[in-house]
Order: sequence, then structure tokens, then C-alpha cells
Amino acid sequence: MDDRSSPPKVLMTKIGLDGHDRGSRIVATYLRDAGMEVVYTGPWQEIDSVVTLAIEEDVDVIGISSLATDHLVVPRLMKALVKAGLDTMPVVVGGIIPDGEEAVLYDAGVAKVFHPGADRDQIVNDIGSLANSGHSILAPSQ
Amino acid sequence: MARSAHKPDDAWIERLLKGERSVLARSITWIENQTADGATVLGAIQKNVGSAVVVGFTGPPGAGKSTLVSAYVRELRSRDKTVGVVAVDPSSPFSGGAILGDRIRMGEHTNDSGVFVRSVASRGHLGGLSLTAARIVDVMDASGFDVIVVETVGAGQSEYEVAEVADTKVVISTPGYGDDIQAVKAGILEIADIMVVNKADMPQADQTVSQLNSMLHMGPAKEWATPVIKTTATTGEGVGELADAVDEHGAAVHDAHKAGPVARTRRLIASMASDRIRKRIAQSSDDALNQICESVARGELDFDTAVDQAIKLGGDME
Repeated sequence: MDDRSSPPKVLMTKIGLDGHDRGSRIVATYLRDAGMEVVYTGPWQEIDSVVTLAIEEDVDVIGISSLATDHLVVPRLMKALVKAGLDTMPVVVGGIIPDGEEAVLYDAGVAKVFHPGADRDQIVNDIGSLANSGHSILAPSQ
Repeated sequence: MARSAHKPDDAWIERLLKGERSVLARSITWIENQTADGATVLGAIQKNVGSAVVVGFTGPPGAGKSTLVSAYVRELRSRDKTVGVVAVDPSSPFSGGAILGDRIRMGEHTNDSGVFVRSVASRGHLGGLSLTAARIVDVMDASGFDVIVVETVGAGQSEYEVAEVADTKVVISTPGYGDDIQAVKAGILEIADIMVVNKADMPQADQTVSQLNSMLHMGPAKEWATPVIKTTATTGEGVGELADAVDEHGAAVHDAHKAGPVARTRRLIASMASDRIRKRIAQSSDDALNQICESVARGELDFDTAVDQAIKLGGDME
């Protein structure tokens, strides 16, 4: 039964010591205005918390905002997601990411990286398509 | 396609009843989206529904509802209870989207495996939300939580109706805006099993408590005398008293017709029936109904009789 008549659900969160959340608030508003349901958590989430949130809320996409240099926390998050059975969960990262490190994020399994000034429609469309890809909430062995 | 990676087979249901979180989360999604899989789950768990205590929290924006719920959950955890929370936020009437921000205030519970929090958008259909919220409560109940808290913004009559999913309804207000009693309209007082005056560290808290007490206890004594409790959610003050009051209310109305899934269902049916009849009467162009309205307008028929007649007609109409 296809339930894509229901709005996409996106987790918008920030991990680590970076307290700037203006970017994630703005994107949360874009997504809401595009008809999506955004679970907005604000800053300073730990990796374990992000995994728990993603499971409890059964979100379609995880959006990580990163404006300082702690975007390298993301590969650790990707590992934690696999461990929790969420290896097919799409993750996008937005913020200030030096060119060299973008590849690291993609290698870790991030679906999309958005840089500052990324086009609003682009963000909305990309997240929308990822939301429709569907994901398993349990690993095959679970 | 979306979300078809899992199926509600017997193994799934067994894991759900054992309280497995991922399974519960996906089951809630099916139920929220009213899919066939959701209906299957609900059918399979019906006999396991009924042991949880369901508490509703509602109140106007700015009353500190989420902070109070978080403090209440903390108190419950200290009393060794497991807790499920359904946090409802309004969907945008323009875009249909929503920002679900109640979790910001519930951060202390995220990594507690004895607490499960789910954010739900109203999706513009408040009547439908009551039904969905009731079913989400049922599945959390079946998966084993001792207490389930439903939290909604009360900004109008319909929002307060969502609180009716609960067996014990806590209505929150804040002190000292002078006219704030205006905000506490008749319907709210009727719904409240427990009134909370939050931000009780503010001036005029005691005044607000007395005003509410007199409004609540006007008229004949009822089966349950709604207490007015002062809390300061940010410090936790008064939250122990609130938890005790919820327990007392539960004991007082421990009766299948007042509490539990049968009572929830009755309230839902009452609410949906009233919606349906209201729409039929309001939108009908039926001759008999028109005549009733004209008689009343001419002063030939009184309202009470007119309503009786309209209900009979409304009940029979397609």
C-alpha cells in the first residue's frame, strides 16, 4: 500500500558543539512551506540521540546542519545508523564543508551535501525525492 | 516504494507486543497514514489494549505545556513507570507541512529506553486527528507502556477535543494577565479533570488559582472535584502533586465506562456523530428541515423542539 499521499517526514538536527542553528531553522521552514513535516530538534544532539530520534519518529530523511568544523562527526553517525539497522536511511548534510571533505561525506554514505547558498528549490526537491525512496527500519538480519 | 519493506505478520506483531521500538515506530507510521497495514496491526492488538493510563495535556500556546510534560515524564520515571508520549503540533493550513518542535523541550528523555516520544502533525483534520491519536495511543498501550501522555495545543474547541482521547485531562494555564480567565472558556473548564496553573512563580498565581477554583466549583457538586494545582515546570515544583492528582483521578473514575479504551471509543463516536449530524443539518436543503428553520425564525417554534426535530431528521438523512 503506497502511502505517499502522506507528507514526507524529515529530521532536522545538528550534532556536536556548534550552536548556530539559523541555517537549520531556515531550511526547516522551506521544507514546511513545501508541505513536509519537520521534526526539529535544535542544536547539540549526540549521535545516539539522532539515531533514537530517527527511529522513534520513523523519518524519511535525516538532515544534518553543520556550520563549524564538526561535520566529520557525520561518518560516525553513518556507522551508528548502520549498527541500528538504518543503513538505507537517506542522510543529507548542509553547511560549511570544505571541498576536500565533501568526498569523505559521500564515501561515508551521505546522499547529498548542500553548501551555503544552495538553491531553495534544489534543497526541497532533493529532499523530497530522497523521502520517496522508502527505507527499511530494521536491518535484514533483525 | 515507500515503506513497504516490512509487513505486519505474526512475527511483527509479537515483536510489537514485546515493545520493540523500531517495530512500534513503523506500526505508528502505518496507523498515522491510515494504511491497510495499520488496520491489520490494530486488528491484531485489540485484545492487548487497555492497561495503560492515558493522560492528556492541553492548553494555549505559551503556557509551558511541553516543559511541563517533560517534567511530568521525569516524575513518572522516578516512580518506575514507562511512558509513551504523543506530541501533536498543528499543520500549516497553507502548505500542509508542519514544524514538530515539542521534542526540543523533551531532550532529557531521548536516551531513556523507558520513554518513547512521537511527534504528530494535525494534518488539518482535527476530527481525523482524534481518531489517529486514539489509535496511536492504542498501539503504544499494547506495546506495554504504563502511561501514555497526549500533548496538544489547545487554541480552540476542537483542539481540546483531542485531549478527550485521554482518561485524565490536564488543562494548563498561566497566571496574571488579568483577562486570562477570559482565555479559560467554558468548554475548557468542563473538559479539565485537573487544572494546572503553570509558571506559578509569576505574580498573581494565587489569585488565578482562587478564580479558577470558584469557577470550577460553582454549581452542584460533581462526582470528581477538579483540583487546581500550581506548578513551575522549569524547576519541577508542583509536579509531584500533579502526578498524585492524576493517580487519584484514575482511581476515582476506575470504571470501564469512564476510562480505558471502551470509554475512549465512546467519546470518539460521540464526537464523530455530532460532527456528522452538524454537517448534515447545516448543509441540507431538505424541505422538512427548511420548514423547521422558518418556523423558528417566525417565532412559531421554540429552539428546543426544533433541535429535537432536526436531530431526528438529521439522523435519517443520507
